[in-house]
Amino acid sequence: MTPWQERRRAYLAMLRVEFANATHYRATFLVFALQSTMPLIMLAVWWAATEDGPIRGMGPGDFAAYYLASLAVRQITASWLVWGMNGEIRGGGVMMRLMRPVHPFLAYSAESLAQMPLRLLAALPPMIFALLWLGSAHFTRDPLLLGLFLVSLAGAWLCEFAILVTIGTLGLLVESSIAIYQVWLGVHALLSGYLIPLTMIPEELRGAVALLPFRYLLSFPIEVLLGSLSRGEALRNLGVQWAYAAGFLGVALAVWRAGLRRYQAYGG
Amino acid sequence: MLRYLRLLGTQLRLSLTLAAQYRTDFFLDGLMSWFWLGFNLVPLLAVFAHNERIAGWSFAEALIVMGFFAVLEGLLESAINPSLRSVVEQIRNGTLDFVLLRPADSQFLIATVRFDFWRMLEVPGGLLVIAYALHRLGHLPSIAQVLISLGLLLSAIVFLYSLWFMVVSAAFWVIRVDNLTSLFTSVFDAARWPVHIFRGAFRVLFTFVIPLGLMTTAPSEALLGRLAPSTVWISLGGSLLFALFSRLVWNRALAQYTSASS
Repeated sequence: MTPWQERRRAYLAMLRVEFANATHYRATFLVFALQSTMPLIMLAVWWAATEDGPIRGMGPGDFAAYYLASLAVRQITASWLVWGMNGEIRGGGVMMRLMRPVHPFLAYSAESLAQMPLRLLAALPPMIFALLWLGSAHFTRDPLLLGLFLVSLAGAWLCEFAILVTIGTLGLLVESSIAIYQVWLGVHALLSGYLIPLTMIPEELRGAVALLPFRYLLSFPIEVLLGSLSRGEALRNLGVQWAYAAGFLGVALAVWRAGLRRYQAYGG
Repeated sequence: MLRYLRLLGTQLRLSLTLAAQYRTDFFLDGLMSWFWLGFNLVPLLAVFAHNERIAGWSFAEALIVMGFFAVLEGLLESAINPSLRSVVEQIRNGTLDFVLLRPADSQFLIATVRFDFWRMLEVPGGLLVIAYALHRLGHLPSIAQVLISLGLLLSAIVFLYSLWFMVVSAAFWVIRVDNLTSLFTSVFDAARWPVHIFRGAFRVLFTFVIPLGLMTTAPSEALLGRLAPSTVWISLGGSLLFALFSRLVWNRALAQYTSASS
């Protein structure tokens, strides 16, 4: 067997193990899926706010489409990797990962990817509900844009994964990465379009927000799905998103290398 | 009573020492407590940027609700959540036995096992927000209004503690309940908005099942002097009932607890 075939076999085995793991803890999974109630609450708030007419061109239906899509996208991209990594690093469990002949990042990615079938299941209800209730008028029907949506979803997952793995790795350098993670969650909620659609952000700030990478984690895939971007814009943004993803992965690997040099295991 | 106060002091000192162990976390947490306060304001500002009034609430009035929310969130994140999270872990590891063996009330010991001091800063922060909002409204509440509002706040705290205890009692049966507490945190998030904003199923949920409306909207209305007197009695009575019920559930849960280690 060539080394590549061997690696593929190892990765497939990891996927199988992690899939079994995810289905074993399906109750946990369900609770995590239910936890993202924030979009629904914000939707209720915007509905009350649009009673006197649409805001910046967005009526009740637009807000519903936006937040339901956001709910679905978050099911695919969100991850609670940092909690696990933090525990492993503090408890010494990460040593087991270091002994294995595959990079721990690959193992973490297998964990996240193996959850995909369950995640898709969790993403379906809001999407079906949105289609039944709002009709397809709020979503793009351009097959190319729908394809680009899937690519942008993968890009958002990759960006999110690289950032979370970086934050988790910071646990090698500082005592605990949970506080940093919570800062990240807060900033992400504000700037990615999770709390409020980015079009609702005050004009003066919008330029700055557009330059930051947060938009590519959530708002961008939603914009593609809702058909707010032209084909050209979508493609250009996709390039930026994947460039960000590559950059974040590079940073993650560098931090990991620096962290290992400093790491002194606990527990032995 | 005095013994319990001394116990509380010891538990506080212990968790301060523990928290200072992880220095980055410790200082980041301090910074964050103010960040969350600002964070809470953003959606409010965004929504009110386009409307004078939403569901009968002006910006300054909704700000009072936000202030009460910050006070409760500060208590929740500093005193209630950290303790209960550690209990869940103890149930899983079997170390809860050592707590139960101690000669003091188990519910007290468990509720005070860990404090997160920085998040406590949100409490004065929330009070400042309320004061600012009242100043903006040019409304000076009477002493009676303040007292009623404080009473409602107290019963809101009892509500929170009771609900939380019920969630943790569930840990005896389903073990992995740590994310059940975060589910509750995310539902509690709705309390930052006046309950009148919600319609239909949400309104029913937040009024009867999880009485968020009583927790933050009612004390605000009391301060503004437009609260129906009956709400006060419903809130006080309801919180007492909740407290009794949670104690019952907790004792029932303990009775069938068989420890994880043995």
